[in-house]
Amino acid sequence: MDQVGQWTHGLTRVPFPVYQDPAVLDQEQRLVFEGPVWNYLCLETDIPGHGDWRTTFVGRMPVVVVRTETGKIAGFENRCLHRGALICLDNAGNSKNFTCVYHAWRYDLSGTLKSVAFGKGVNGRGGMPDSFRIGDHVTRTLRIECFSGLVFGTFSDAVVDLETFIGPEVAAALRLTASRPLKVIGRFTEVLPNNWKLYAENVRDTYHASLLHVFFATFRINRLSQGGGVSVSDSGACHVSTTLAPTQDTDSAYAGMRSVDDGLHLSDPSMLDAEDEHGDRVRQQILSVFPNFAMQRTYNVMAIRQFVPRGVDKTDLNWIYLGYADDTPGLRRRRLKQLNLAGPAGFVSMEDGCIGNFVERGAVAAPHGVSLLEMGGGGTESQDTRATETAIRGFWKMWRGMMGQ
Amino acid sequence: MTLVSRIAALNAEYAAAIDDDRLEEWPAFFVEDCLYKITSADNLRDGNEAGIVFADSRAMLADRVLALRRANIYERQTYRHIISTPRVIDAGGIIAETPFLVVRTMRDGRMDLFVAGRYRDRLVVDAGGLRLAERLVICDSSHFDTLVAIPL
Repeated sequence: MDQVGQWTHGLTRVPFPVYQDPAVLDQEQRLVFEGPVWNYLCLETDIPGHGDWRTTFVGRMPVVVVRTETGKIAGFENRCLHRGALICLDNAGNSKNFTCVYHAWRYDLSGTLKSVAFGKGVNGRGGMPDSFRIGDHVTRTLRIECFSGLVFGTFSDAVVDLETFIGPEVAAALRLTASRPLKVIGRFTEVLPNNWKLYAENVRDTYHASLLHVFFATFRINRLSQGGGVSVSDSGACHVSTTLAPTQDTDSAYAGMRSVDDGLHLSDPSMLDAEDEHGDRVRQQILSVFPNFAMQRTYNVMAIRQFVPRGVDKTDLNWIYLGYADDTPGLRRRRLKQLNLAGPAGFVSMEDGCIGNFVERGAVAAPHGVSLLEMGGGGTESQDTRATETAIRGFWKMWRGMMGQ
Repeated sequence: MTLVSRIAALNAEYAAAIDDDRLEEWPAFFVEDCLYKITSADNLRDGNEAGIVFADSRAMLADRVLALRRANIYERQTYRHIISTPRVIDAGGIIAETPFLVVRTMRDGRMDLFVAGRYRDRLVVDAGGLRLAERLVICDSSHFDTLVAIPL
């Protein structure tokens, strides 16, 4: 497509129209979400039995993910081939087949059209012409791959396999997180009043964490001077950032900033009692898989974030809170309490709900303006600090390649 | 006063404390060893235990107020709670359900119906008055616009 705004200075400038132009959203549907990427769809545990299905999205496209009679997972566009109505109406269910409610066109569990109601007409009248052949009408199906209990799908024949796509660092983190059977313990959606890319950047923005989310720094949960760093996959598409448990009590890098208020303490600090359940000292880990997936570990919190664009300035952020199926009651209680840190009301996440909208409003009259991304240089390499914007530049490297920008 | 009236009076004071930005008074509506959770009807139906807010002590409620005042960033906004008549489910154990609406007004004047839902409460008589031992905030929707800072 045509260039959107002015791309200058390598990956360190982003022209604001990419967040504002409705034409970009349409192009992204075709070139990014339906392009050579792996979209997060659901958890394997969401559809454990034959005929179990869930509805989800690839970009703005509604899709159905289903476990078929053979135990394989299939995915297809949730759009009837007749008039375009949704085939599945609910969030989840179990079926032997799917029938569109509008005119009862019937599909098997893989999304293949099987029959057309009144195809031969009624009492010899009406019906489909002889030229109509069911086999000519084909549902768009996803290629599915699973990794560590997560189900991903793609419409591309060209994309590399899922494990290569996410890269070794993200793969290692996901393997560890899914080392025991996962269990969903909560689902909430935060409706973000901003373009989806502002959120995709935010999850890759290791620089902002302790500056915007003051709760972290004030209560010494996470400071940039704690150990950790950020790994970016070669393509730029995926990242994992890690913060280790602190080894010292105080540091001076925050002197004079808003985020320091050493007078504060929690009356009930039991919320922060954590178990080092993986034995790796990781206090906070955020990873992303381009385009629509992030996953976090914060103390004993495990949460998936799926972002679904709803419009040029509206994004559904689906939070899926996780535990393990074999959690002890004590560990489960820790997760429930520590989840106060995450989600729409989270002490270290609620600001992410509004910050994208602050950008939308700040840049509304700046079609020739740019966003500046020079922290940590101009590259997309892995770095052993979180005072960097390398993972955001990685996102733009991938996005620009797909969008021809 | 009937039990219904006493619960309604508690809810009126509860709403006024939040809507008048006297958040520091909010924890006192609960007993020390309380449970306050914000969840949704779908999560309740599916047996999902997690909420977007989960406090199992009055001190945790006070901590949330402290964080809202001193640490968290959100645009200035107010709530208007419209709380309906309590429905007593168990007079002995004092279990009641009460529907509510919250209208949120932002600093720029935008006004939205923010949450519709019901409180499922277990109350106890404490120091002569009613206090909340449990308040389960069951939102009709699992969707929340932008963020939830001020308690429901």
